[in-house]
Amino acid sequence: MNANPILPDMATIIEVVDETPNIRTFRVRLNDESRMQGFSFMPGQVGQLSAFGFGEATFVINSSPTRMDYLQFSVMRVGEVTSRLHTLKEGDSLGVRAPLGNWFPVDEMRGKDITFVAGGIGMAPLRTLLVYLLDNRKDYGKITLLYGARSPRDMAYQEDVREWRERDDLDVVLTVDAPSEGWGESPQERVGLIPHVLTDINPSPENAVAVTCGPPIMIKFTLQALKKLGFADDQILTTLEKRMKCGVGLCGRCNIGTKYVCVDGPVFKYSELKDLPDEL
Amino acid sequence: MEAKFISHDDTTGWLDALSEQHVVLAPMWDNTVVTFRPHVKGRTPVLDRMPVLPPKEGVFPQNEMLLKYKYDKDPENLDRTSVQVKETLPQDTAVVVGARPCGTRGMTVFDRVYNCEKIRDPYYVGRRENTLFVTVACTRIESTCFCHDVGSHPADAEASDVLLVPVAGGYVAEPVTERGNALLDSPFFAPAGERSAEAAEVKEKNRAKLPAAHDYTGCGEKLMDRFNDLAFWEEQSAKCISCGACTYLCPTCYCFNITDESVGLTGKRLRTWDNCMSFQFTLEGSGHNPRPTKAHRLRNRVNHKFAYYPDLHGGAIACCGCGRCIKSCPVSVDIRAIVRAAQTYTPKPAPEGGDER
Ligand SMILES: Cc1cc2nc3c(=O)[nH]c(=O)nc-3n(C[C@H](O)[C@H](O)[C@H](O)COP(=O)(O)OP(=O)(O)OC[C@H]3O[C@@H](n4cnc5c(N)ncnc54)[C@H](O)[C@@H]3O)c2cc1C
Ligand code: SF4
Ligand code: SF4
Ligand code: FES
Repeated sequence: MNANPILPDMATIIEVVDETPNIRTFRVRLNDESRMQGFSFMPGQVGQLSAFGFGEATFVINSSPTRMDYLQFSVMRVGEVTSRLHTLKEGDSLGVRAPLGNWFPVDEMRGKDITFVAGGIGMAPLRTLLVYLLDNRKDYGKITLLYGARSPRDMAYQEDVREWRERDDLDVVLTVDAPSEGWGESPQERVGLIPHVLTDINPSPENAVAVTCGPPIMIKFTLQALKKLGFADDQILTTLEKRMKCGVGLCGRCNIGTKYVCVDGPVFKYSELKDLPDEL
Repeated sequence: MEAKFISHDDTTGWLDALSEQHVVLAPMWDNTVVTFRPHVKGRTPVLDRMPVLPPKEGVFPQNEMLLKYKYDKDPENLDRTSVQVKETLPQDTAVVVGARPCGTRGMTVFDRVYNCEKIRDPYYVGRRENTLFVTVACTRIESTCFCHDVGSHPADAEASDVLLVPVAGGYVAEPVTERGNALLDSPFFAPAGERSAEAAEVKEKNRAKLPAAHDYTGCGEKLMDRFNDLAFWEEQSAKCISCGACTYLCPTCYCFNITDESVGLTGKRLRTWDNCMSFQFTLEGSGHNPRPTKAHRLRNRVNHKFAYYPDLHGGAIACCGCGRCIKSCPVSVDIRAIVRAAQTYTPKPAPEGGDER
């Protein structure tokens, strides 16, 4: 981060990828080459992207620190800043304040089986961790990815998914809400809600960690399913979304009791969440 | 360092002189309220009462520029624009005159957050280091004052550079810091001499006017005991109309919003005081709001000051006891009463007969 934590670094978009009708991925490099070379972060950390004149918004850095050619952010269009970001093209500039927040406990996870459960844009924070684990494959046990979206065309990271499906050191299961043409020919393609499919896959909680992110309602039922499967509260990791402005613990927007999601999060163990006052 | 005396008549001249070198913020009438404004030469500051607006304005302005930006169109390719961004750190030195001890001490609540091991906000720190506080000791104790409940008193000089104590004909100016002392190096001041004894008497007398201090020890736990008791918070917030006066006028409220303001291809990023009592404050894209009702929001405001902040900052309460939120609330919500209600809470007895245990 900059010496002035509120001042963005200027960055240039080197590539734009259309993921789904409302999600677009931006690959960016900081303009200051020495700052780009010196940039380090951990999977799960976020950045504030600036569209000057429109404002800032928070996005997870969904590239992996093991691949530093660029920083990648995926932006779902929901409002003012995100709509403006969607108009940017290769070569355009934007502001980046990163890295912010905490990260997944990758050291603590070493040697364990990891189950990823992602819904919609919730795949973004899990992508960075998944790529990191795959790049350090020998350090981790069995890795399973369950990724759900409303329909096949709402599934982001198609190129990654194609590659992941072919790996034999990773189990991939994809699911969509309703039957769709051409979908379901492979056993990797399912139809049904994420918690149901998860129960079906039946991952073992033995020496395992589950990582989940997605819309609140999906998280709620996924947690229930994981509990039924025998996962303990401290074996479940999730990332929280709160309205954020400063991202550095000052503006008072993102607190849940004494915890500030922008600095104490966004990654939490479910056991930690349960200790927070009920104000999610 | 030596106490000095300045007469009422000379204070304006002194501020005139100070404003040659510094931005001087002094209390002025603005319609019906007293607020901190840049001193205008020849104008007498309003030093006989607590300003309605808080002195944090001097260090944490209601509107503060964070950076400027400028879009440049590429003449070779009009489709392409680049952006120049310029940091706008504060440069001025300032003197805030006429704050009360409570309001000045409110800055310490900011300090623990804006200038700590974890983060150093260069805008805040820049202003804080270059802003001196000339505080007036209180002689008019109001029913809403409770600085003594939160560990202070009407002549507390904590965070001040100079303390002005009202005496007959003017003020005894007691330097608190070296830099404050330097402000008194001016022909408008005479040695305080015997007036120092009078000043000591004034301080003692006003301290004695306050009732016995209320004990807030353990209030954080008591408030957290009530966290899930929404009925309690609904009762406390029943009258609240979410106007936000309590947050904007509070010397210790430090939440802000960040917005961009453009004119053509140029613009600025601003930080502005924000209001946690508003529905929009935490509204999320999905329509979900973690603090959907005024009960949730008042709970956060009170808990932040009396439970969360003390928990994070070694027991320090994030309220300086100035009473502004009580005095200015259109429907008389009283933060003291809320904390006390949590402290003395006893479950209502069951309606009839039944023994719930
Ligand atoms: C830790 C974290 C990581 C995130 N990662 C991603 C990501 O990788 N990809 C992605 O597309 N989005 C992500 N988000 C959500 C993203 O920050 C918001 O969607 C974005 O700020 C909306 O900005 P806007 O100006 O377009 O919306 P606005 O015009 O400001 O608002 C549109 C709606 O979104 C709501 N909103 C604004 N900010 C947030 C917010 N931070 N969280 C929830 N709702 C908000 C507003 O209340 C409003 O209802 C993340 C949020 C957090 C806190
Ligand atoms: S909460 Fe009320 S009494 Fe306490 S510092 Fe703020 S305005 Fe003053
Ligand atoms: S000043 Fe009173 S009515 Fe207004 S938001 Fe505060 S408590 Fe509510
Ligand atoms: S986003 Fe400002 S305090 Fe967390």
